[in-house]
Amino acid sequence: MPMRVLRFLLRKEFLQIRRDKAMLRMLVAVPVVQLLLLSSAATFEIRRSRMYLVDADHSAMSRGLVQRMVASGRFELAGASSSAALADERMLDRGATTILRVPAGFERDLVRDGHANVQLVFNAEDGAAAGVLRSYAVRILAAYGAELGRELRPTFRTVDGRAPPAPGAARIDLRTRGWYNPELNYTHYMVPGILVVLVTIIATTIGAMNIVREKEIGTLEQLNVTPVTRAQFIASKLLPFWLIALADLALGLALARLVFGIPMRGSLLLVFGAAVIYLAAALGIGLWVSTVAGTQQQAMFLSYAINLVYLLMSGLFTPVQSMPGWAQWVAEASPVKHFIVIMRSVLVKGAGLADIRVPLLVLTVYGIVVLALAVRQYSKTTA
Amino acid sequence: MNALRGFIVKEFHHILRDRQTLLILLLLPLAQVILFGYALRTDVRGVRVAIVDPAPDASTLALRSRFTATDLFRVVEVLPSTAAVPRAFASGRVDQAVVLQPGFARALARGEGAQVMVITDATDPNTGSTMQAYATAVIQDYERELRTGGGGMRIDAAVRMRFNPTLESVNLFIPGLIALVLTVVSALMSAISLSREKERGTLEILLVSPLKAWQIIVGKVLPYLVLGFANVLTVLGAAWFIFRVPFRGSVLLLLAESLLFIVTSLTLGVLIAAVTSSQRTAMMGALLGLMMPTTILSGMIFPIASMPGWLQPVTNAIPGKWFILISRGIMLKGVGLGHLWQETAVLAGMTLVLLAVAVRRFNVRLG
Repeated sequence: MPMRVLRFLLRKEFLQIRRDKAMLRMLVAVPVVQLLLLSSAATFEIRRSRMYLVDADHSAMSRGLVQRMVASGRFELAGASSSAALADERMLDRGATTILRVPAGFERDLVRDGHANVQLVFNAEDGAAAGVLRSYAVRILAAYGAELGRELRPTFRTVDGRAPPAPGAARIDLRTRGWYNPELNYTHYMVPGILVVLVTIIATTIGAMNIVREKEIGTLEQLNVTPVTRAQFIASKLLPFWLIALADLALGLALARLVFGIPMRGSLLLVFGAAVIYLAAALGIGLWVSTVAGTQQQAMFLSYAINLVYLLMSGLFTPVQSMPGWAQWVAEASPVKHFIVIMRSVLVKGAGLADIRVPLLVLTVYGIVVLALAVRQYSKTTA
Repeated sequence: MNALRGFIVKEFHHILRDRQTLLILLLLPLAQVILFGYALRTDVRGVRVAIVDPAPDASTLALRSRFTATDLFRVVEVLPSTAAVPRAFASGRVDQAVVLQPGFARALARGEGAQVMVITDATDPNTGSTMQAYATAVIQDYERELRTGGGGMRIDAAVRMRFNPTLESVNLFIPGLIALVLTVVSALMSAISLSREKERGTLEILLVSPLKAWQIIVGKVLPYLVLGFANVLTVLGAAWFIFRVPFRGSVLLLLAESLLFIVTSLTLGVLIAAVTSSQRTAMMGALLGLMMPTTILSGMIFPIASMPGWLQPVTNAIPGKWFILISRGIMLKGVGLGHLWQETAVLAGMTLVLLAVAVRRFNVRLG
């Protein structure tokens, strides 16, 4: 008997969902389109900086310096003049992001003293890129200085009389390695995270809206006087969206594999097992919202507020360890963070159940607590 | 015109009566800007470094002291061999390892290339490349100092970071946060107010009243324009008093541009309400369609210049992008309308197009 009631309720829900074609289209199209677009956009990779040149020296060496900067692939010449004011103007209208000023007497100073100055101005308006560009520029200047030294002072020999090092070789032989993500590949880092956030928005919002709508229209009261139990009602409201969110996740994972070539080293079964728990927690949050909110409008703003906190404080965009201490606790309390960790470890690093047991446990506890709280709150408000 | 005035007054009453929602609408944007303004930081400090120094000598000690001298790094371990490095990374105790060769000083003296390897945890590529750049800079500084006595030439750069000298990330995030919060909240507000009438069937009644479609839209949206502008004042106030973001340009211009941006966002909400049939769909559309795209494509966090070439034109469709350009221009660069007229024109044009499409959609329903 109870199962039959649930089945009828579910059929009604699915019929309603199927009838709302616009909603259904949105639930499929939006995650797909956004995953494709946003994953490519979410990168801090430093591209070429537009460099404006103010060369007051007009010498072979100043030209050589500019040529080295351009040849590095990090800078491109966006314009040149002898006017510092014009350069500043270009930076204000974003025509240039770097200004290189070579003062008069640059070559003379280098030849005479072995030492000269230039001025570099970076547009620091556009994020941390300026800091990285600075380190590129400093490296190029050092290499060029070393190169000039070898050309102009052939007497320079190593102590034991061997041939001088090849041009470009530094005296400290520096090598760098990036572990776990050697190509500094942003999509491997971002795609699982963005997918999680998209699925989370769907799971937390739509379930909440669905229940509040019944409240707003007044049909919830009617349902409450029928023999339908609360558990049956809640299950019938949450199950369809739980399935839709899981389907979205599966779709997203297929795209991640086919379009972005995200490695899937670990077990997909494990990913979906974790997703089942995680989405139950997300829907629980939605359910809680629906008990607090009186109108769809309030439900919407509450879900928006919760989702934005999850989105911005999950460590997806800015590192958690850069946040102040209290904010790190907020980040820890966000289930999104833990599920992203699971997705990344299992997919990219090939982690097994034992490796992800801590975040999985956190999610499970979180899910149970949230669902229990929401169901209790729900019974209170409608009793 | 009298009918319109009456309608607007009625709408104001509606909003003022629902105290709970009004409070949410007034406080939510402010709370969010304050919360995220504190929490979002991209500056990397206190990188935990392990130094592998198998045979300490004068030069390795000098280089090591370079790492301890700056607060960018925290040397947490000095290891005798590379054997312990993988475990230090796996356990999350260190973010970076600097491996020095044995006989470092001798190799330096001979000029044969003393070997240094910098290993960085690059799981997060952004933090990874920043940490790598920091370490590289420290080592190269050290190298350059050694070289002054030798045969190389030195080119020194006087570096100036324009518009944000200390690379304070709060200055970069606040304009973006304001754009994000204002777009989503404004679009949600207008989308909800129109789609609710639609869902309840009262929009039909309004459409057969003497009011024209555009008048209905104006009447519905105007109260939210006032609310939205109140939000502008509170969040800009937070930026000024709490985060001390510089306001180098004209505050009046910034307020006017913010008003324009609110109108754009509200119009976006109207359009969403026009093309959807239920509150639920409208709100999902507004939330799902605006939150992530505005966060990622507006340039708020990820520089647009970093995005692949084919994607950069797509960002032009995000109103938030233009508002961020305008607000950073006014706040950080101190420029005026002379530099910002193009961005302003784009926002205004966008608003007109959105409005035209929305009004048309409503008229079509009437016919």
